[in-house]
Amino acid sequence: METNVVIKKPTLNHKSKSKVETFNLAISYVLLILLALVFIFPFLWMISTAFKLPSEAYILPPKLLPKTFTLENFIQGWQYADFTRYTWNTIIVTTLTTLGAVFSASFVAYGFARFKSRYSSILFTIVLGTMMLPNQVLLIPTYILFSKLGWLDTLKPLIVPSYFGGGAFNIFLLRQFFKTIPVELDQAAKIDGANSFQIYYKILLPIIKPALMTVAVMSVAFHWNDFMTPLIYLNSDQNFTLALGLQFFQNSYGSSQVQMLMAVSLITVIPLLILFFIGQKYFVQGIAMSGLKG
Amino acid sequence: MKKKFNLSMKSESKLFYLYTSPFILGFLIFTLYPVIYSIILIFTDADMTGTGQFVGLANIKKAFAQDPLFYKSLKNTLYFVVVSVPLSLIVSFLVALLLNNKKIKGMGIFRTTFYIPYITAGVAVTLLWGWIFNAQYGLINYFLSFFGITGPNWLSDSNWAMPAIIIMGLWTIGNTIIITLAGLQDIPEQLYESAAIDGASRLKMTTHITLPLATPTLFFNLVMGIIGGFQVFMQPFVLTEGGPNYATYTYMMHIYNNAFKYGEMGYASTLAWILFILILIITLIVNRTSKYWVYYEN
Repeated sequence: METNVVIKKPTLNHKSKSKVETFNLAISYVLLILLALVFIFPFLWMISTAFKLPSEAYILPPKLLPKTFTLENFIQGWQYADFTRYTWNTIIVTTLTTLGAVFSASFVAYGFARFKSRYSSILFTIVLGTMMLPNQVLLIPTYILFSKLGWLDTLKPLIVPSYFGGGAFNIFLLRQFFKTIPVELDQAAKIDGANSFQIYYKILLPIIKPALMTVAVMSVAFHWNDFMTPLIYLNSDQNFTLALGLQFFQNSYGSSQVQMLMAVSLITVIPLLILFFIGQKYFVQGIAMSGLKG
Repeated sequence: MKKKFNLSMKSESKLFYLYTSPFILGFLIFTLYPVIYSIILIFTDADMTGTGQFVGLANIKKAFAQDPLFYKSLKNTLYFVVVSVPLSLIVSFLVALLLNNKKIKGMGIFRTTFYIPYITAGVAVTLLWGWIFNAQYGLINYFLSFFGITGPNWLSDSNWAMPAIIIMGLWTIGNTIIITLAGLQDIPEQLYESAAIDGASRLKMTTHITLPLATPTLFFNLVMGIIGGFQVFMQPFVLTEGGPNYATYTYMMHIYNNAFKYGEMGYASTLAWILFILILIITLIVNRTSKYWVYYEN
């Protein structure tokens, strides 16, 4: 008798529990899908507006699907300002800063991971310390420094700093990765006659390629969107990056140009979307690492 | 033998400095020198070229006694931080909670959807939000009209411009969501299993296991949120230029204007240091409170 009860009870429990769980799961899905719609809808709105005729962009009620699809906004919007030039500048800045960050940070991180000196731990503390340093304090003296060098209104102030260490966080991240590689590998290479640079460049860098990719995708995303640095250093139209150039449209909401604004905005966002879909796992890894820091 | 050892120590030290030299140089040129320079600037009336007269404490006095925009921008920035940081913490925790369920399929799609606004957050999507907040043709007011609500003029209404910027900021919390989710996924499965054996309900597990064990992640997000929030700049600069009537004029914009519009490098440096000290004090206070609410394993 007794055993019977014992067996019966859990099965009953299990059934009602799984019902509750299915219900919970259904609610979770509904909420997540609603949220996802909220997150994605602005983009759909951007795409939709970008393909609309001006007469259709400004109507009530708004329509998600344009009656007539037009590419005119992309063509006209692109010519509204010298966006080809801005794109080119943005590509130059993004590529060069990213190369700088990847090579400079890995070079320095290799030094921290593999060699010791009397002050190496103090120096590493300084690396961590600069992560907490406020940018706004450095902004003004750095500007004056670049102005004395005659670098204002050139792309140099945007690019050159990344070759000096490539960012404290990147050094920290890559040092952690170098540390996971056994030193025996270095020693074996050394016996084979490799010098320290060859060990770094030919043996260790290929091993930490995923970490380098993380640094690279984060750097590309940051510099592609960076607004404040170009705003401070660039004055003339021909040196603008996309983030600055888009500002030409700033006051165009009311002046029947919003469809052009959305078209050009869409074009500038697409490279980031492609980057994200290619490098998704590296982004996720980068965020996980940035969380680890805390 | 000993001599040889010393020699290799020496060469190792040389290699250390060789490889870390880019950082050392960068630190001296782009960190240490600017920090010292900007402290000196506090006591001068330096212009764009960085030269000026010694003025004592005049800049500090000016900020606290003669500059109404100092208080106005500080108040706006505090408003932004106090509303947007807790809101984004709560929302991202709730979303992460929903995502932290092994039975949810299409996890990657959801994660991507929430993360994309963060990745693309820049001038382009800020301008997109300007269009969404458009009083006449904007999506938000159209949506509100379904409920019989006539939406405000958002960006051109001094009461609604800052809330609009905060709402837009909530849209880019993908980063915080993913950090929180990573924190939740680190919670050992056994804890839930043993709680289930004890007959704990789902809600109870959330409040007694998930929430306490997520506090280190929440703390990290809180501190990063505060630091970032005090430096809010691009969104109001692009959307409203600080207006209407200075309603969205943030502290960072005040620094920017003084430095790069009026060329008051001395005063702008003073403002920058005041902001830094303010962020530092608030972070320290938050850190002090952490022992009352943040769970640490050891």
